Amino acid sequence: MTARAERSRAVRLERPPVWRRILWSEHLAGWAFVMPAFILIAIFALIPIGWSLILSLQNNNLLSPGHYIGLANYKALAKDPQFRSAVGHSLVYTVLFVPISVAGALGLAVALNRKIRGIRFYRLAVFVPLVTSTVATGIVFLWLLDPTFGLVNYILHALGLPQQQFLQDPNEALYCIVAMTVWSWLGFDVIIYLAALQGIPEELLEASEIDGASKWTTFRSVVVPLLGPATLFLVVWSTINALQLFDEIYVTTRGGPLGSTTVIVYYLYEQAFQFFNGGYGAAVAYVLFLGILVVTLMQLWIGRRRVYYSS
Amino acid sequence: MLPLDAPPKKPGRKLPFSPWHLFLMPMAAIMLLPLVWMVVVSLETAQQAHSYPPVLIPSSLHFSNYPAAWNTLPFGDFFVNSAIYALTTVAGNLLFCSLAAYAFARMRFAGKNMLFVVFLATLMVPYQVLLIPTFLIVKRLGMVDSVGGLIAPNLCSAFGVFMLRQFFRTLPIELEEAARIDGTSRLGILFKIVLPLSLPALATLGIIQFMWSWNDFLWPLIIIDSTNHAPVQLGLSMLQGAHSTEWNLLMAGTVMSQIPMLVIFLFAQRWFIRSIAFTGINQ
Repeated sequence: MTARAERSRAVRLERPPVWRRILWSEHLAGWAFVMPAFILIAIFALIPIGWSLILSLQNNNLLSPGHYIGLANYKALAKDPQFRSAVGHSLVYTVLFVPISVAGALGLAVALNRKIRGIRFYRLAVFVPLVTSTVATGIVFLWLLDPTFGLVNYILHALGLPQQQFLQDPNEALYCIVAMTVWSWLGFDVIIYLAALQGIPEELLEASEIDGASKWTTFRSVVVPLLGPATLFLVVWSTINALQLFDEIYVTTRGGPLGSTTVIVYYLYEQAFQFFNGGYGAAVAYVLFLGILVVTLMQLWIGRRRVYYSS
Repeated sequence: MLPLDAPPKKPGRKLPFSPWHLFLMPMAAIMLLPLVWMVVVSLETAQQAHSYPPVLIPSSLHFSNYPAAWNTLPFGDFFVNSAIYALTTVAGNLLFCSLAAYAFARMRFAGKNMLFVVFLATLMVPYQVLLIPTFLIVKRLGMVDSVGGLIAPNLCSAFGVFMLRQFFRTLPIELEEAARIDGTSRLGILFKIVLPLSLPALATLGIIQFMWSWNDFLWPLIIIDSTNHAPVQLGLSMLQGAHSTEWNLLMAGTVMSQIPMLVIFLFAQRWFIRSIAFTGINQ
């Protein structure tokens, strides 16, 4: 009995064989934990990233296998007047949407960051559009901005202002899209700013007040710099989203009138899924990717030199 | 504050309420106007909806638009499809992201850092780059025009893995070490110790994924052809195609499609806001 116990203890002290050590070590366990996520991300992200690049070098109609045509898609894109105007529309949209939504959200967040009667209601009013889907937003604005029956034209009329064609006017449609998307995304930016505002230590504001700074000076020289990281995040995030605008365009204008709201992703959708130019669509996607990457890196580079991180 | 330095109080009457109301009241009105108008039009007759000047307050409420909209398209199917889509992707993300995030946060295995960098790199690639090949892959898997095809590509996000890993790393490691000494397996530690401590992060991931799936439009638009398999947002867009001239019906459908999300938001407002603020802080 004791001899057997002795022997088994000796066995346990021996170095276990290699296969058992691998089995017991965390290498296998670690990979087992990661494996489901890895398989899903490989199939639905890594492979598509590579495949998209290959597609962009092909003439592919998404139905039969394509054939390699080198950089022809990219060369065609560079000369494609429709793609150029789509890029132009996306840029105009982004340049308007980002500053308006971020600055507007800053003002609103400051107003909402106080304890006055009804503040919960005001906050709710600002947040609710955020949970309204893009499709619903599009449909509601389509009707609000209807040139004949729309409520907005009625309000303009009541104020003695001229009637507008809004989404049906090639010169106005893109601006209407800006207004509509600012309405639906403002709440997100406000939430981020409110969280950042609540992180500002009270002492700093008091110190500024004791130094005799006016409320406006305190806001400009203390609050705004302290909100720098939040602003940088919102600018980067809004720019990325703005360059990927699609749903609202699809629901309201389908790129019209006269192509005046055809933005990059809408053009991609048309090329790939309506005209079945899969290779061409993939090339548009890669150009978009590159564009977003360059713009984001530029913003972060500028941000790093100008934004002050307190911690 | 020192009394000497106190600025002299300006003479003049103080408003009986905070002046901020003068700014916030119109802002709230502008933000709510589209939604209020949506509900008003959904309760009007076709004639009232298509009149100018618009009927601002209908004399009687025309609730029959709701069953009419419900019956023109299979709204019941839309809601079931959306619920399956949203709940399955939430469950998938919570499970698969937790497993991977725990391994990245606490375990040591060959290739870990490289793999993590690969995961992160996919986050930089915009969705549109993946769109066409993902469509081709789902087609090969025979899942085009099915709810499964909606779900499969959204079961696990690198964002979720990253977010949870960051959170797991903030948890005190002593508890886990004690449990390991007691012989608890890694899986046991994850489910019995780490996840119960991570409810805020899990809720955040769940809410973000739920909102994303429920409001997703582009992917269903590409992958779904038949009305019966459409989730709510795509169904709403189909209703728009079918009723482009009957705005009262269309608005009734729009209101219906927004109710579930709105109710969840009203009940879990604090969680929603915390989740969104969390994404901002995390970046």
